[in-house]
Amino acid sequence: MDFTLKIWRQKDAQSQGQFKTYQLTGIGADNSFMEMLDELNEHLIKNNEDPVHFDHDCREGICGTCSLYINGRPHGPQKAITTCQLHMRSFKDKDTITIEPWRAQTFPVIRDLVVDRSAFDRIIQSGGYISVNTGGVPDANETPITTSKANNAMDAASCIGCGACVAVCKNASAMLFVAAKISHLAQLPQGKVEAESRAESMVAQMDKEGFGLCTNTGACSVECPKEISLTHIARLNRQYYKAKQASDYIPDKEEIHEG
Amino acid sequence: MSWLTEALKSSLGRKLVMSFTGLFLILFLVGHMLGNTLLFFDDGGQAFNEYARFMTSTPIIQALSLVTYASIIIHAVYSIVITRINRRARPIQYALNKASASSPWYSRNMGILGTIVLIFLVVHFRSFWYEMRFGQLPVVNYDGSGEFKDLYSIVAESFKQWWYVLLYVVAMIGLAFHLSHGFKSAFQTLGLTHKKYTPLIEGVGLWFSIVVPTIFALIPVVMFIKSLG
Repeated sequence: MDFTLKIWRQKDAQSQGQFKTYQLTGIGADNSFMEMLDELNEHLIKNNEDPVHFDHDCREGICGTCSLYINGRPHGPQKAITTCQLHMRSFKDKDTITIEPWRAQTFPVIRDLVVDRSAFDRIIQSGGYISVNTGGVPDANETPITTSKANNAMDAASCIGCGACVAVCKNASAMLFVAAKISHLAQLPQGKVEAESRAESMVAQMDKEGFGLCTNTGACSVECPKEISLTHIARLNRQYYKAKQASDYIPDKEEIHEG
Repeated sequence: MSWLTEALKSSLGRKLVMSFTGLFLILFLVGHMLGNTLLFFDDGGQAFNEYARFMTSTPIIQALSLVTYASIIIHAVYSIVITRINRRARPIQYALNKASASSPWYSRNMGILGTIVLIFLVVHFRSFWYEMRFGQLPVVNYDGSGEFKDLYSIVAESFKQWWYVLLYVVAMIGLAFHLSHGFKSAFQTLGLTHKKYTPLIEGVGLWFSIVVPTIFALIPVVMFIKSLG
């Protein structure tokens, strides 16, 4: 297969970027999108040109490292996959493929197609964890958890933090990501204890980073490679409002211990 | 009260304000629509004029009116604040973006649809609300019940103009699409999403956003047709 590639090239965060067009011939239909880019880079290196920088790691759709806005959609045209799971058979021969980095104030371009997603890390650091070591494996059924809760938490936990939700959202909102992290912890016994403070601090960090406000278009869920549901955003909303009414945290005040 | 101001300044707090004001305005639409159906009566406007006086002279309705004005203003101002934040969140747009692959166009253009409704509201308020309260309306006398401001006469006069009717129809189409996203979105923002009742909310929301603007749009259309004959 032959392709015309329109790829965003940008030296670093400070420089102005631009699209550069490359012709690539003789690509196998069963090549993955990343293998296609590898091939392009081999040509570039042979010709003493700067290879295209892009993020990748596991190449099996579980690490969340790969990104790319391909022909106007995050992770390309297929549903529920990451870019590394995309194959060239999803395109037509002689297609022009436009490849852009995630576009968001919160995801600055580092180089070419690589963006800095550490805003996500800082959101996690603000409360997306359980503060204590949960210890060894408890006796079975010592703490009953319903199957539906376990399944729901697991669905949320399948978020790989790739950032496609932010990339596709017209407001560059991180609500689906934050909701997934909230939802995967808050439904299980260990995570439930800190559910309120977690919702407060993670939303506060999300706002501080400069992500947009969710307007419930649902695009995030449609483009999510792990098909994270909007019901998790509703759960985050509920937890946040509950926390704002009843949590012990009061801004600019020493924490008051009652009782 | 720092906790409250902080909560209301947060992204979710601002959305909550949008949701509550939007839902209140949805309730207002029901009342306004039911009252305005009196315009369909062929009674020379008596029922409508009596209704108009009731609406402007009853204390509880006056109080609700104030909440309605506040809701419109807050909903509009907050939408500007939110849009500005959201614009800042993506300073560089995609060269190629197939947004329609993942969301309906009206859900992405609530600001534009809302602006259409807002422009309509300015015209609508000036034509009827202002005239009813501060204008020099003709007075009619109905047997036994005293004098009434004849709001009906200027309504009927306005709806004789085709461009005025067209403005109303266009605005109601805008409102219909605004509601078809806004209705269910308001519940999602409140966290009221569940497989038990979300299908109901979406169903009611869809019907609401078709039926209510259609009835509103029919009023000027029917009155225009009547004025021809």
